[in-house]
Amino acid sequence: MSQNAVRPTPASPTPPGGHLLEVRDLHVEFRTSEGVARVINGVSYHLDPGETLAVLGESGSGKSVTAQAVMGILDTPPAHISSGAILYSGQDLLTLPEAQRRQVRGKEIAMIFQDALSALNPVFPVGWQIGETLRQRLGMSRADARRRSVELMDLVQIPAAAKRLGDHPHQFSGGMRQRVMIAMALAMEPKVLIADEPTTALDVTVQAQIMDLLADLRRDLDMAMILITHDLGVVADVADRIAVMYAGRIVEHADVRSLYRAPAHPYTKGLLNSIPRLDQRGGKLATIRGLPPNLMRIPSGCPFHPRCPYAQQVCVDVVPHDLVLGDGRTSACHFAQEVRDDRAS
Amino acid sequence: MTAPASPTKVRGETILDVNHLVKHFPITQGVLFQKKVGAVKAVDGVSFELRRGETLGIVGESGCGKSTLARLLMRLEKPTAGRATLAGRDLFAASGGELRRIRRNMQMVMQDPYTSLNPRMTVGDIIGEPFEIHPEAAPKGSRQRQVQELLDVVGLNPEHINRYPHQFSGGQRQRIGIARALALRPEVIVCDEPVSALDVSIQAQVINLLEQLQEEFGLSYIFIAHDLSVVRHIADRVAVMYLGRIVEIGTEDQIYERATHPYTQALLSAAPVPDPEARGHRSVIRLSGDVPSPADPPSGCHFRTRCWKAQEICATQDPQAVLRAADPHPSACHFAELLPGR
Repeated sequence: MSQNAVRPTPASPTPPGGHLLEVRDLHVEFRTSEGVARVINGVSYHLDPGETLAVLGESGSGKSVTAQAVMGILDTPPAHISSGAILYSGQDLLTLPEAQRRQVRGKEIAMIFQDALSALNPVFPVGWQIGETLRQRLGMSRADARRRSVELMDLVQIPAAAKRLGDHPHQFSGGMRQRVMIAMALAMEPKVLIADEPTTALDVTVQAQIMDLLADLRRDLDMAMILITHDLGVVADVADRIAVMYAGRIVEHADVRSLYRAPAHPYTKGLLNSIPRLDQRGGKLATIRGLPPNLMRIPSGCPFHPRCPYAQQVCVDVVPHDLVLGDGRTSACHFAQEVRDDRAS
Repeated sequence: MTAPASPTKVRGETILDVNHLVKHFPITQGVLFQKKVGAVKAVDGVSFELRRGETLGIVGESGCGKSTLARLLMRLEKPTAGRATLAGRDLFAASGGELRRIRRNMQMVMQDPYTSLNPRMTVGDIIGEPFEIHPEAAPKGSRQRQVQELLDVVGLNPEHINRYPHQFSGGQRQRIGIARALALRPEVIVCDEPVSALDVSIQAQVINLLEQLQEEFGLSYIFIAHDLSVVRHIADRVAVMYLGRIVEIGTEDQIYERATHPYTQALLSAAPVPDPEARGHRSVIRLSGDVPSPADPPSGCHFRTRCWKAQEICATQDPQAVLRAADPHPSACHFAELLPGR
């Protein structure tokens, strides 16, 4: 039904008023009894009004932790933000007192999670849970909150919303629960919606419904969206820009079309080559050798070097900085240009 | 999107023959005098054949009965009705020595490599356990050597025989599960979502391993998965399940390029394709609603409540999975046809 065109803007230059949301050189570590795990090692990204940024990575890459830091919902301890800034409309969220931070959380930036069943409270009806935000934050009366909850449930296309207001989460299917959670996130009309693996627990046909819904809502309500996922297919369908994470760093950042056409980091290239394709019958799949690193012992130099087919001595010795490629993309690889232009592999 | 003619490997005779397999789980009421008030029709009349050396992919969404089907084939559940033969032996009538021989010949790889390995057993004990149950498969003295060979075959270090599962990563654990399934040299392996718990970069390694082992040992696979791309990659033939029934079955090419059942078409359309250029150029079919409960499936065609082609006849008559005019492969739809433009 909905087909939104790819926005032509690649990694855009800073607009005059600054970005809507900007993460600057964020470092997060987890201090555990076994040692310090450096989970985020200098992550920077930005988001402008109305766009969709995909943050792609495998488990342990730090994609969710970054989002939790933006939301201010990191478990501290063990997590500890050691340096960096998170700017929302120019204001550093990390220096705000908690009372003011609360004004941003939910109202300006809202988040939805992978597992709706554990994100919702099992003992309260969903209408009550959606309305809770409205009563607490906007001081709505119970009747008004109820009325608005029905509107929100209509907005996320829950059939017979008024009748289902009194139902509990377990009475909903997986897809419908995800819709309830989206309705809750939209209650305060946020400008940024962070979706952390919103469809990973769902079946394909339901996944498609939810991704369509998110794309429609993003457009109709003029929100910006950060989509956190491990699925290269989902990214290709909805995102404008993509940031690929590995071992707590963004290794490549580009507009979606250029990245899929010619990835400029060996990790991205490896991922794209290793997924089986629905539209073609494959022979042997290309693989990325080895395993992702233990975050307590991240390899020297480029963290990807032990698995990288392009690795040379310099990759072991020197941490690669973001190399800016001509078309507004960056890649944290010493050989970014070679990798991008090497179409053979 | 025309696929190159798929490499047709030489396929042998039928090794596993499944006929009208049914599994209904009773729903009971009452504590002391339980009475049956209904049934969850998990598997509701499934028939297919598996040939030697071939991979049959089974796809479907959660609740379609694909895992129950796997458990039935492994004889972990008793079927309500139906027959199946493995290499000519009746799977469900067998008992005693006959059953042991059948079990040796059919093994399983589970989905979750974190819960399917006993954390208190060493890898050597886990992979060697099948030899304890089937001592005739390997004399006692040679077992350690055989386990080490198996570790080597699945790409693990044979010296790690005394390690415990927690010392391995997810992908390595799945290799341990595969080694265990291989230990008795079965002819058929049932793989139930073997890669869905793994990260993308590890998934490819395990898929390649399964394909390589198939070549090496002439294995036949039943490959159950919800990921359509993975199934297309590995399967020779594909069966699509919906609410306990196979709605369409055919070669990989027939299902992915020339599907005639509306459910298959919708499923394929819903699967994301990792190509931003395809955005806006793919045919989009969006199903409304969710899969109905298998405890109370719709009459006639189970899919009719979500189908855009549904008419009177779909509610009254069960469509059979027979060859249809649109394309010569079985499709259980009264109105089977190719998508326009194919």
